[in-house]
Amino acid sequence: MRSHLLVLLLLAVLALLPQVAGQYHLTLMIPFFAYGIALLGFNLLFGYTGLLSFGHALFVGIGAYAAAAITSKLGLRSFELILVASAVGAFLVAIPVGLLSVRYTKIFFGMLTLAFGMLFHSFLFKFYDITGGDGGMRVLRPSLLGMDLSTLDKTAFLTGPFYYYCLVLLGFAGLAMWRMVNSPFGLHLKAIRENPRKAEYLGVRVRLYRLFAFLISAMYCAMGGAILAVSTGLADPELAYWTHSGNLVFMVVLGGFANFLGPIVGAFSFIFLQDQLMSLTQYWRFFLGATLALIVILFPRGLMGLLQDLGGRFRAAEAPAPQRISHELGTERVNP
Amino acid sequence: MSTLIQTLNVTKAYEKFVALRDVSFEVREGEFISIVGPNGAGKTTLVNVLTGLLKPTSGQVRFKDQDAAGIGPVRLAQLGMARAFQLVHIFPALTVGETIAVAVASQLGRSRRLFASLAGDAGIQKRVRTVAEIFGLERKLDAESRLLSQGEKKLLDIASAFALRPEVILLDEPTSGVSTGDKHSIMQVLVAAARQAGVKAIILVEHDMDLVAEYSSRIVALQEGRVLADLPPAAFFNDPAIVAAIVGKRTTH
Repeated sequence: MRSHLLVLLLLAVLALLPQVAGQYHLTLMIPFFAYGIALLGFNLLFGYTGLLSFGHALFVGIGAYAAAAITSKLGLRSFELILVASAVGAFLVAIPVGLLSVRYTKIFFGMLTLAFGMLFHSFLFKFYDITGGDGGMRVLRPSLLGMDLSTLDKTAFLTGPFYYYCLVLLGFAGLAMWRMVNSPFGLHLKAIRENPRKAEYLGVRVRLYRLFAFLISAMYCAMGGAILAVSTGLADPELAYWTHSGNLVFMVVLGGFANFLGPIVGAFSFIFLQDQLMSLTQYWRFFLGATLALIVILFPRGLMGLLQDLGGRFRAAEAPAPQRISHELGTERVNP
Repeated sequence: MSTLIQTLNVTKAYEKFVALRDVSFEVREGEFISIVGPNGAGKTTLVNVLTGLLKPTSGQVRFKDQDAAGIGPVRLAQLGMARAFQLVHIFPALTVGETIAVAVASQLGRSRRLFASLAGDAGIQKRVRTVAEIFGLERKLDAESRLLSQGEKKLLDIASAFALRPEVILLDEPTSGVSTGDKHSIMQVLVAAARQAGVKAIILVEHDMDLVAEYSSRIVALQEGRVLADLPPAAFFNDPAIVAAIVGKRTTH
């Protein structure tokens, strides 16, 4: 119950933010929403199913290029259409990529996804006539729920209607993901992560469920990619580059993959940390890397793990001593 | 009584090494079969062939009159055979309740309910509780599996196999790594659970001849990949030559 209230409170704060925050920070919130959605999906595969992909920028790229193709090639403006097309496109590409990749696990899975990601990037880069090559493709201002917003200036669009649109989208994406990880389906994914052999003997079709998780993660990443492309007005091949896949991993590790909200916290921290570092020094990449190294060494469960530990210490200080000891020893409490 | 499992002239060879030679036996409804034999006799290979993990080089494996050679654990679980491992196989970070729920959800065919609440599924939760009660784990439902004692982990491993409502359960040394005193209590829980769950046959792979003597209705002895004996316990233990070959110098009974 407490966590439900916390999430509602956070959503309320985000909804009220445009009233108080400056325009600059509000424009940074759009990539936050985009990565939040993408990483929710990414973490279904990583945190819940135990498969670490180094190629999911591929699907972010599909979302971005879907937005570009629909607005500047087909001349259609509906953002709902863009979202559906991104998800469908990612789904279709993820079927063969996933089928081949989920045959492997661990580093082999990671390397294979990396390879597919690079393949897609070089396709974007080389097929200049279709994709615009290194220049990318323009993404025109989409309409939201049928409303034509092309008369607004860019900042007003991003900090106004698009902000709320993405916030609601993140809310729905989060709700759907929350239901998935707490469903029998989600339980099967966790069982696969914990012990695939045992899961198999309990009737779980391990590869098929890994594929399902892969497909869902791809669709989430593509929707995130569509939002990113709208915020910059450009579908850039860099979005599909392997370093961008690395950023996705970075953000999830930063936030904590063992926690449902970890990816969201990771996306938020990453974007604002990167922004701060970039304004302070040109060596921001160095400091970003150092931050990740420190997080992994000091708080392997990420910022959410750190928060939980702090919260746990706070609660433990209130709890009677015997329970605290049994908790610390890892021994279970006996029910009265 | 109908035949549940049948192997016909099963041979399994790895390159030049032949692990099983012409193994034929049957498991019928109501039976408790023990598979015994010294290390390297082919017990594990036989178990892996019976559970569809390995495809025999030649011969037939049939489960409930269907070809079961190499069909894989998932299909076999659906057909009604469950397996508990010699080494404890658990899901360390899942709770006891969740572990059992994995089996219950897959047996009820609810694995693909993407947006349904697991905690709110009364059908699943009720059966999870029932299975936990049979194995005396009902007070540990919310405990993470990795925090259980070794004996409890073993029970949980077996409980999750029972949660599949199997017709046949294959127990691969269920009491290995358990103290002698606990062995009998675990076996008693197992047999009682099997009765309650409507299990039609039990296959036990076991080193401890006391347990074999006490619970088996028939003993299949393997030696160097062949069936040396397929006898009821009384006949088995009355044949000094067989006992010597299987049990070694140690004499029991």
